[in-house]
Amino acid sequence: MTLTDTEQAPQAKGGRRLSTSKAMVEAIAQEMERDESVFYLGEDVGAYGGIFSSTTGLLEQFGPKRIIDTPISETGFIGLAVGAATEGMRPIAELMFADFMGVCLDQIYNHMAKIGYFSGGRVKVPMVLTTAVGGGYSDGGQHSQTLWGTFAHLPGMKVVVPSNPADAKGLMTSAIRDDSPVVYMFHKGIMGLPWMAKNRRSIDLVPEGEYTVPIGKAAVARAGTDVTVVTLSLSVHHVLDVADTLAGEGIDVEVLDLRSVVPLDREAILASVAKTRRLVVVDEDYLSFGLSGEVVAGVVEADPTLLTAVRRVAVPDVPIPYARSLEYAVLPRHDRIEAAIRSVLP
Amino acid sequence: MSTTTPAPAVQELSTETRLGLYASMVLVRTFEEAILREYHADKGPGFDIGKGLVPGEMHLAAGQEPVSAGVCAHLTADDAVTATHRPHHFAIAHGMALRPMAAEIFGRTTGLGRGRGGHMHLFDPDTHFSCSGIIAEGYPPALGMAFAFRSRGTDAIAVAVTGEGAANQGAFHESLNLAALWNLPVVFVVEDNDWGISVPRSASTSIPNNADRAAAYGMPGHRVEGNDVEAVHEAAGRAVARARAGSGPSLIEVHTLRMWGHFEGDAQGYRPDLADVASHDPIPAYEDRLRSAHVLDDATVARVRAQASAQVEDAITFAKDSPEPDPADAALYVFAEEAQS
Repeated sequence: MTLTDTEQAPQAKGGRRLSTSKAMVEAIAQEMERDESVFYLGEDVGAYGGIFSSTTGLLEQFGPKRIIDTPISETGFIGLAVGAATEGMRPIAELMFADFMGVCLDQIYNHMAKIGYFSGGRVKVPMVLTTAVGGGYSDGGQHSQTLWGTFAHLPGMKVVVPSNPADAKGLMTSAIRDDSPVVYMFHKGIMGLPWMAKNRRSIDLVPEGEYTVPIGKAAVARAGTDVTVVTLSLSVHHVLDVADTLAGEGIDVEVLDLRSVVPLDREAILASVAKTRRLVVVDEDYLSFGLSGEVVAGVVEADPTLLTAVRRVAVPDVPIPYARSLEYAVLPRHDRIEAAIRSVLP
Repeated sequence: MSTTTPAPAVQELSTETRLGLYASMVLVRTFEEAILREYHADKGPGFDIGKGLVPGEMHLAAGQEPVSAGVCAHLTADDAVTATHRPHHFAIAHGMALRPMAAEIFGRTTGLGRGRGGHMHLFDPDTHFSCSGIIAEGYPPALGMAFAFRSRGTDAIAVAVTGEGAANQGAFHESLNLAALWNLPVVFVVEDNDWGISVPRSASTSIPNNADRAAAYGMPGHRVEGNDVEAVHEAAGRAVARARAGSGPSLIEVHTLRMWGHFEGDAQGYRPDLADVASHDPIPAYEDRLRSAHVLDDATVARVRAQASAQVEDAITFAKDSPEPDPADAALYVFAEEAQS
């Protein structure tokens, strides 16, 4: 049984609903058909189809020369992708969990991200590094982090984080076509996996054919006037759920889905905050020295008088715990988000 | 016998090849001596590493020319080389243009990286040359270059260079495994100059011969003793031919000599062999050998040196005459769309 079997929705005009993982795979397949220099490599991406269904069916379609199972050897194969990219290929390298960045970080931040700069723009590194992020299913502190703030802190990589199937497709297509290295971070909780609790929006309408979403443009996931919530990835869904609840009380929440951490759409943040004057940032990454502080600082630097109230909801600088009660306590979930929104209202 | 493949007797090379090896070594040394001169010219009273025309750390390769000359003699500009933080000898031997190379070392806009890279980060698409300041981490990208060449159906290969200290890093072992597993056209070169900065090989490496490690990954390994350019040439010839033919990677370790410090300013107090180093200079040794074989005479030596000097001084002058980057442009080229050309 597949997800689309179980959650079949009425077809919209010319549309069909896909899980986020299927939308992502569709983008990869279309780009591989369009451009022979695109190939995908990583651990268990072949016959298995990716631990989080990031490559389901691609081996059958494109064969083992382009969908390549690697040894457990992240420095080796991510570095290989870097070298292939400098020679004009367009590799997609999958780091199974973002948490594993430590074993191969040098290839990521000293090589993939810096070669373009070191060469004064004369050498391009057109590769995509995909990686699974996020917790909420008791996988422990080495398999549940998001870490986009870490990637984003290190210059030279674009960092995109889709929250829904259409964006997953559009951002993947843009990432593959981009001449800069792009880190594409997909939250396990939005993939629509049959073996994990999934949000109802993880299966949704996805445009057919070639579809791009520009990198660096946030999306207004819900328009509102009372408070701006800036967020991304799975948290978008939690915030939308909370916004639906609060709407019953006449509280009108605007939800901004960043979609890209690098470049960060500072203008969209400012435009929304200028309207609502109240800001909540919801981030599944660690609280300190990260994305949530960056968003707030960007607003304050642009105009310190814009904000009347601000709150951050993030992981409070502890490793992600295992026990469900502890993990739910540190993740930005509905209760904490709702409390933060209420706290900034007059 | 500690090598995993026997070393055949070195074949007599043609005069042209021998002169080519000699000229390559002389050009490298001439360049290194010029950089040494410019580097120390204005470091202020005492030694301030950030001062002068050439600021920052400087790692020179004097004494290691036999490795670059012997290996690169088998390469064309279509082949890739990934080198280390000590990259000049391989860059020059692989044919990098001296003007943009010198300009990059001087941090000028006409440099290979428009002043963003510096001497440890030279990237040249024309010769598929790159290097890395991180120990052993230049190996994995070489796999990708080889992968790209093979995917495109060319017979180009990649040469990945490290020092002997790098052979204890994970990236070294991952790369050997992956290259052998996927039969990639790579030649791994280890320059054993005996010293990982100040730590001798005996204190860093559990076996005396890194070439033996090749056997663990199912590829041929060969160690060249004596810092002999013709022996390197011979071993590299076999490894390059094997890679080009699609028969997979090889590892060559060359026992070479770091004549100068790890970096300029390194007093080398840790080094017991310092007094003898100059007497082991491989360039006069090769010169003597070629003179004995009647391949070289005074006139040829003078001509080779004069040509090298003219080329190098032209590059140094070009670098000095080139403009410094505009400070307002420091953020350019972080992303590809910022590239002007």
